[in-house]
Amino acid sequence: MRYQTDRQRVEGLGSAKDGTVEWWKQRIGAVALLPLVFLFTYPLLRAIGADFDEVRAIYEHPFNAIIAILFFITIMSHLRQGLQEVIVDYVHGKAAMTTALLANTMFTTLIGVTGVFSVAKIAFGG
Amino acid sequence: MAEVNQGNRPLSPHLSIYRPLWTMILSITHRITGVGLAISITMITWWFLALAISEEYFEFANAMMTSVVGGFILIVSLWALSFHFCNGIRHLFWDAGKGLELETAYRSGLAVMAGSVVLTVIGILVATGVF
Repeated sequence: MRYQTDRQRVEGLGSAKDGTVEWWKQRIGAVALLPLVFLFTYPLLRAIGADFDEVRAIYEHPFNAIIAILFFITIMSHLRQGLQEVIVDYVHGKAAMTTALLANTMFTTLIGVTGVFSVAKIAFGG
Repeated sequence: MAEVNQGNRPLSPHLSIYRPLWTMILSITHRITGVGLAISITMITWWFLALAISEEYFEFANAMMTSVVGGFILIVSLWALSFHFCNGIRHLFWDAGKGLELETAYRSGLAVMAGSVVLTVIGILVATGVF
């Protein structure tokens, strides 16, 4: 017996009402991170432990700055999506889950915005 | 008559009753490394913020990152990132419907583990200025 109405079946969006959009966004972000993680980590590993002027020079370079900003933007949603999956699986109860999801969105947005702002400020010579 | 266990029976086959399998261990490691990397990226973001604030504050953040504890966390993070990266590629292949046979999944798991160690070593060499 089919429980879905014809309209629901045609729309194909399921109970979450957004179909597979979130799933696709997760994959697109993951694929984008494949090159980004290398391009971001390489200069970072060289920079950690170096002195202030050297590190500033690395991130004043447009290439490293653009990569770092792209990385922070992409990791912000990848991290939110990943932690959201974990929360949905392990946190029980509507109030606790809603709180955790809200905290997750705030935390990941804070990380992303702080990262983008910091790199932009350095790159613009501030 | 045999004693009947009423009310204290497992209702569904919970994860903990299974013998841990290689693929299960890799699966949970993907999650653990993902959650752990949230801490790593918080540290890294703080380091970038310090770089944007002032030289004095950056020196402090940089000293924390290169301390014994900081260095240990960074090396563990590097391995976590390498693992999550390699296993993420494995997941993308699965999403495309490839490599789902049990034998292949076991072997790709071994490749992921080997790859994560290799990438970690390369990362450490980059950090120490060899590359």
